[in-house]
Amino acid sequence: MSDDLQKAQRFREAALPYLDDVYTLARYLLRDASDAEDAVQECYLRALKHFDSYRGPAMKPWLFAILRNVCNAEYARRAHRPSAIEDTPSAAEQTPLWQESEASPETEVLRSRDAGAIRKLIDALAEPFKETFVLREINNLSYREIAEAAGVPVGTVMSRLARARAMLRAAWTAEEEHSR
Amino acid sequence: MTCDEARILLHALLDNELDAGHAREVEAHIASCPECAAELAAQREMQRVLADTDLRYTAPASLRSRIEASLPQPQRQQPTRRSVLRGFAMGSAVSALAASGVVALVLRQDDQQRILSEVVSAHLRSLQAGHLIDVVSTDQHTVKPWFNGKLDVAPPVIDLTAQGFTLVGGRLDYIDARAIGAVVYKRRQHVINLFVSQTSSTEHRPPKTQTMQGFNCRRWGERGLNFWAVSDIGADELAEFVDKFEAAMKANVEG
Repeated sequence: MSDDLQKAQRFREAALPYLDDVYTLARYLLRDASDAEDAVQECYLRALKHFDSYRGPAMKPWLFAILRNVCNAEYARRAHRPSAIEDTPSAAEQTPLWQESEASPETEVLRSRDAGAIRKLIDALAEPFKETFVLREINNLSYREIAEAAGVPVGTVMSRLARARAMLRAAWTAEEEHSR
Repeated sequence: MTCDEARILLHALLDNELDAGHAREVEAHIASCPECAAELAAQREMQRVLADTDLRYTAPASLRSRIEASLPQPQRQQPTRRSVLRGFAMGSAVSALAASGVVALVLRQDDQQRILSEVVSAHLRSLQAGHLIDVVSTDQHTVKPWFNGKLDVAPPVIDLTAQGFTLVGGRLDYIDARAIGAVVYKRRQHVINLFVSQTSSTEHRPPKTQTMQGFNCRRWGERGLNFWAVSDIGADELAEFVDKFEAAMKANVEG
C-alpha cells in the first residue's frame, strides 16, 4: 500500500468518527444546513492536508479549530451581505450575568421544551458566546480543549460560558413569560 | 469571594472544572449567599434540561460520502511494471518530470495565495469589535513575554512609536491551521497587523507587497520567521513600516 493510501486510512480512522460533532458545531455557527455541509467538507480537506504535521492536541479540538477558521472566512464573506451574522459582543456585554427574577428563583423551574425550540434559543446567542456554549454543552469539550480550539485562555472560556448561559436562561425565561 | 466572581466560577463548579481549593471557596460563598445559591440551582436545572434534550445534528449521508470520495482511493488497476517498460520509457519519464515541475510550481503559488487570503481574513476578523487584542500594552516588555508558552516561536515585539507606528498589543490568531502570533500597531487610526510564524528556511526573503480585497500585505522572511504585515494604509507607508521594523530588528540583534 502506498504512503498516501496509508495516510488516508489513518486519517479516516482518526477523523471521520467526529463527523457528527464537527457538523453539529457547523450548524450552530452558520445556522444554515448547506453552508454547514460545505464548511465541514472544507474542514476535512484542510485537516487531511495538514494531517502529516498533526501532533495533537486531541483530534476533536484540532478539527474544531480548523472548522472555526473555515467558518470565520464564511462570516467575512457574509459580512458583505445584508444578512450578515453580526458579531456583537457589545450588545452581549450588556446582558447582566444574572437577572433579578420577581418569582422566587428557588421555585422557578424551566419547562421542558422540544429540541427545536431550544436549538432556536441557542442559535440566537451572539458570538463568541454561542461557540463556547456549543463546544461545552453539546460537544462536551473540557475548558482546556475549548481554549485550544478557540485559541483563547481558559479564563476567557470560563467568563464566556458564564455569560452564554446567563443569556440563554434570560431568553428562555423571557419566552416562557411571554407564552404564559 | 465576591458575588461577581462566584457568578462566573459557579459554572466551573457545575462542570467539575475547579480544583479542590477553589471549589471549597465557591461552595463557602454559596452557603452564605442565597442569591448565588439560587443562581447555581437555576443553572443546574437548565443544564439538566439541556442534557435531557438531543441538541446534536447528524451529518447527512451524502456529506459523509463526499468526504470519503475526496480521500485517496486504492486504484483498481495499477499499471504493471512491464507495461511501463514497454512504453517509450525515456520520453515519458522526461515529460512526466516536466509536468510534475509545472504542477509543483502551480501548487506552491496556490498555497501562497490561499495563505495570503487567510492572512487578509484574519486581519478583517481582528477589525471586528473586541477581537483586535488579547494583551493590551504599548510596552514591548509586556507584550513579548505574553506570547511565551502560547506559540512555538517568540515573535519579535518592537516598539516603533518613535518612528510613527504605535505598538498597541498582541493577539493569538489562526492561519493555515496553526496558532500564529499577531503584533498589533496603529498608524493614526489605521490598524497594522504583523503576523509572525515559524518557517524551516533561514534565508532572507526580501519584502514583497501584494494587494487583496483592498488591503496591502507585505511579506518577507528573516532568521527562520515568516512575516506578513497587513493594513489598509498605502503601500508606501506599509513599506516604510517594514523598513523601520527590519532596521530596528537588526539593531536589536546587533545591540
